[in-house]
Amino acid sequence: MSAQTTTPSSAPPPSQPASLPEKRTAQRSLTRRFLARPEVGALIGAIAVYTFFWVMAPSFRSADSLSTMLYQASTLGLMALPVSLLMIGGEFDLSAGVAVTTSSLTASMFAYQLTMNVWMGVIVALVVALTVGFINGYLLVKTGLPSFLVTLGSFLMLQGLNLAITKIFTGNVATNDISDMEGFNSAKAVFASDINIAGVQVKITVLWWLLFVAIGTWVLLRTKFGNWIFAVGGQKESARAVGVPVAHTKIALFMLVGLGAWFVGMHQLFAFNAVQSGAGVGNELLYIVAAVIGGCLLTGGFGSVIGPAIGAFIFGMVTQGIVFAGWNPDWFKFFLGVMLLGAMLLNTWVQRQASRR
Amino acid sequence: MDKSPSARRTALGAVCAAGLLLTVAGCASSTGGAKAEQSTTGVTAGHANTPRMTIAMVTHAAQGDTFWDIVRKGAEAAAAKDNVKLVYSSDPVASNQANLVSNAINQKVDGLAVTLSTPDAMRDVVAKTEAAGIPVAAFNQGEDYWKQMGAIGYFGSDEKIAGQALGDRLNSMGAKHDLCIIHQQGSVALEDRCAGVKSTFKGTTDILYVNGADMPSVQSMLTAKLRQDPSIDQVTALGAPIALTAISSISDAGSKAKVNTFDLNKDAAAAIKNGKIEFSVDQQPFLEGYLAVDSLWLYKVNGNTVGGGQPTLTGPAFVDSSNIAKVYQYAQNGTR
Repeated sequence: MSAQTTTPSSAPPPSQPASLPEKRTAQRSLTRRFLARPEVGALIGAIAVYTFFWVMAPSFRSADSLSTMLYQASTLGLMALPVSLLMIGGEFDLSAGVAVTTSSLTASMFAYQLTMNVWMGVIVALVVALTVGFINGYLLVKTGLPSFLVTLGSFLMLQGLNLAITKIFTGNVATNDISDMEGFNSAKAVFASDINIAGVQVKITVLWWLLFVAIGTWVLLRTKFGNWIFAVGGQKESARAVGVPVAHTKIALFMLVGLGAWFVGMHQLFAFNAVQSGAGVGNELLYIVAAVIGGCLLTGGFGSVIGPAIGAFIFGMVTQGIVFAGWNPDWFKFFLGVMLLGAMLLNTWVQRQASRR
Repeated sequence: MDKSPSARRTALGAVCAAGLLLTVAGCASSTGGAKAEQSTTGVTAGHANTPRMTIAMVTHAAQGDTFWDIVRKGAEAAAAKDNVKLVYSSDPVASNQANLVSNAINQKVDGLAVTLSTPDAMRDVVAKTEAAGIPVAAFNQGEDYWKQMGAIGYFGSDEKIAGQALGDRLNSMGAKHDLCIIHQQGSVALEDRCAGVKSTFKGTTDILYVNGADMPSVQSMLTAKLRQDPSIDQVTALGAPIALTAISSISDAGSKAKVNTFDLNKDAAAAIKNGKIEFSVDQQPFLEGYLAVDSLWLYKVNGNTVGGGQPTLTGPAFVDSSNIAKVYQYAQNGTR
């Protein structure tokens, strides 16, 4: 992978004369351009939601609470990241939620049944997760079916496999506790430990998440592969015509989702020691929701990596903000819907203001 | 990404080969794992010489639930003993469950064991089953409906009574503020449990809804709640996996709350053994499945009914430090 393309030149374009009125337009268009960024609407939404709960709920204000919110956001955001890249590339993956469970089940059962060091299970799970992503992408490219249908198939198949294979090996519907096996502690340190930052316990997933978001942003905006993602999601045929390897890009994007599912799956395994085979169903939609709140278009070709991260944060903030505010729990889902819709409307409004003449 | 696919494949192969090599070279774990597992024996009880018959068991279970797995094991143990072929099926959607019962009628089974969690949806199809001359045993849910629907017996625990028993127990422990976690919104059984706790517990009972299919969100929401209200001194989980997650939430939140739970699984049994969970209210799911099948067999071969027109209660049974030693091994086998 080379980063030779699109390095922004620091020198101003020579054709621009420095007359006064034109400077003013240039400045305004800069603000506009900032507001038109896909993540800005979400950022403003996040600030609004944060301020709202900060006023409403005293226990929301502590750094510990922020850390808990960030934790929930990170497990969502780690998956929303590759899912949003895939959406920018014009495809969906409905199997993303159960693929997380598939990864953790694979690692746990492989290590347990063969009495291996758990790191072996971690590696095998990585291979399996990437293979699932590859198969999704390959089927999509070869059959030409919409990704919605292809991954609906793999969503159902993985759900069935998760249950059936777990039952074959463990005789139960949940895996065995692997916390007393060799390699568990080192794997837990990598995937599921707590880190003390200025007296606040922060889950390591939060740090991984921030790191991956930084890498993802760099890849999307500064590399050839990033350009390809926008190209295949925007205009597939034109992209192919100018030499973008459409099939490879799409398969790679699905494999990235597999990579994300592996990482989150490992976190869940080492955080909770055992895995329930029915877990993860429904999360695929939350990943897409986070991506859309973050400014990714459902039609592809537009979006960012930071936006979905903010989207995941909004989701984590709202779900826990409602708890911190101590509202009647019967209304929880309703409030959740209202807050998310509100954040979305604000987001769209900002976008529209920015693109208006 | 400018590598050719064949190069990538070679690289992948190399990683796999390296992995296998490591395996051979001793990447085995010397602790835990399947090798350390004790040989387990399920529950077996001889074999009847009555004619072979088929019994259908249709439940409202969602796939992959540890609780229902134990119910099914009980049913299978009874079937093996009674020379019965057991046909198990389940669907959490009421209309689909009713269709599964219709399928059983079409298969001309000799008996039907069914859960009545949505009595109104099941009423017609249960009547049809009985009209076809197939005896029906109700279990797990439908305590108020099985008799009027003509079932030969009912085997289960009353969720409200179980909740009330838990509430009483909290009173005797001197608890002040309980948090009841409902991990599946809209489930009548789970709501009943918390309502039962609320009706007898003298302290405050709060309810928290979480998404049981997403453990990280369960953990963080529970942590948030415990931080929001530090006066909570008891957490009541309605399923064993949730109870285990509650333990880590409590330590995250720096709370002093204790965990108690409904139902068991092997990890929860271990947690009771080492004192991380105070107690569990068990409704003995194995027994529910076992008795439902066994009662149908008795009805077919000897005309017996169980319960004398009253529901046969399989719970609530408390599992705590006083009796965990006995229950522990069965839980490890996956039958408690």
